Amino acid sequence: MTEKNKIETGFGSDAKKNPQRIVFVTRKTSAKVTDDRGPLLMTYPHLLLREAIAAQILTVAVVLVALFWDAPLEQLANPLLTPNPAKAPWYFLGLQELLHYFPPFVAGVILPGLVVLALIVIPYFNVNIEGAPIWERNPARHFRNYVAVIVALTVLLAAFDAWTVAAPTLAIGAVLIWSYFAKSEASAAARYFRSRPLSWWLMTWFVFVALILTLVGTFFRGPGWSWVWPWRPYGA
Amino acid sequence: MATTLHSLLDQLRETRAWKSVFRRGPALTNRTRSQAVFGNLFLHWMPVKVREKSLAVRASYYLGSISFLLFLALTITGILLMFYYHPAVPQAYRDMKDLRFVVSNGVFLRNAHRLAAQLMVLLVFLHMFHVFYRGGYKPPHEFNWVVGVILLLVTLFLSYTGYLLPWDQLAFWAITVGTNIMSAMPVIGGKLRFTLLGGNLVGENALLRFYVMHVVVLPLIAFLFIGIHFWRVQKDGGLTVRSKDDGKE
Ligand code: HEM
Repeated sequence: MTEKNKIETGFGSDAKKNPQRIVFVTRKTSAKVTDDRGPLLMTYPHLLLREAIAAQILTVAVVLVALFWDAPLEQLANPLLTPNPAKAPWYFLGLQELLHYFPPFVAGVILPGLVVLALIVIPYFNVNIEGAPIWERNPARHFRNYVAVIVALTVLLAAFDAWTVAAPTLAIGAVLIWSYFAKSEASAAARYFRSRPLSWWLMTWFVFVALILTLVGTFFRGPGWSWVWPWRPYGA
Repeated sequence: MATTLHSLLDQLRETRAWKSVFRRGPALTNRTRSQAVFGNLFLHWMPVKVREKSLAVRASYYLGSISFLLFLALTITGILLMFYYHPAVPQAYRDMKDLRFVVSNGVFLRNAHRLAAQLMVLLVFLHMFHVFYRGGYKPPHEFNWVVGVILLLVTLFLSYTGYLLPWDQLAFWAITVGTNIMSAMPVIGGKLRFTLLGGNLVGENALLRFYVMHVVVLPLIAFLFIGIHFWRVQKDGGLTVRSKDDGKE
């Protein structure tokens, strides 16, 4: 390989002349190699065998359920006959519940857009990478800020009468506030909640709200999106 | 019995015919076991070795694997359903009736596809939450998390486009309600809805468009991104394992 025949690319391939950065030591870390990830096993057969077993269990389970449960089929589509309520598939019923409280632009465009955006940026924020326990740094100041956010959210949700959103929000907020005053030594629960990072609290809040909204939308909403009890069928 | 079968299989693996197909004999050494993975088109995206800890059930609960297996099951049952389905009004609905009353095992086929579809949405959500709570999104896995978000959206769209195909009341009104929300988007909302439906109402054109999206466009996109996703799991050094995990199950 002669350097003469090389096409000029602006950088050379001689490592001594053009050193490359090979390690980047971030805050609170060292360049020491600490690999405690344990031994390696051959993919064939150890992983493939497990995948095959998973495939077999799944196949048996799906076949069994498909033999006894029937996929729904209603009357032929009729644009002139609107069912009441007209419900979306279950995974969108949380959104439909939001639509009940907020204008379509907020519930149908802004909020889902924000959720997708928030999911995408999770790994690009250092707070989420470091995952420091929530009350580790500046606890008093953070406590004031979080309480302010919880109060503001509750007031906003109350203004829209969105109580199926407000209730789970308040529940998570209450646990957060409790964990601030609890002593780690007092109980396993206190130790657990005090060691969770901010990202954990945000995701848990999101999961809990989404779960409640989906359950309410699926089982507790009837004609005109009014509140119904699942054990008291309407219409029929 | 088991040992006879075993030695029979071993003999088979020594034959020229076997070797011509798999490019190797029995995988008895770690070298041939590696070849069994990277020398196989369908397995070559996997790592040759995996961490013992990442095999523990609690490392993944196999949620990602099961999501993929469901995708495969949906492809197979979906292709079989396509043999009986016409994306036309009202023939689509009659095809559903035929599946129930005329086609052998038609009920089972439709049940299995519908069930696997619901499960896939559920499993993909569970997989995402599980990866999050384990910190599986942390460097160097950041981009694979983003690929995952794309897969979540594709999965939801796949399910949603499939929802219209039976052309019953459930299908028609779910899509009507859903696409009406799009109109709330400023400026482009109305146009976007028109493009998606091929008209102002959910009708024949919408059924055809949803069908093409459901059986061609979205599965291809899903397949592509699943490929990227798996390849990145390998390139990023396998699953995130934590020191407190043990290899035991
Ligand atoms: C069609 C949907 C999907 C399929 C088939 C799939 C499949 C997989 C598989 C097989 C693995 C490795 C084993 C495991 O963790 O189970 C994996 C890992 C991973 N997935 Fe997914 N996935 C999907 C959707 C998602 C979603 C929605 C996200 C997140 C938004 C995501 C993020 C990740 C990440 C970050 C990893 C690496 C985890 C780690 O390093 O611990 N995936 N996926």
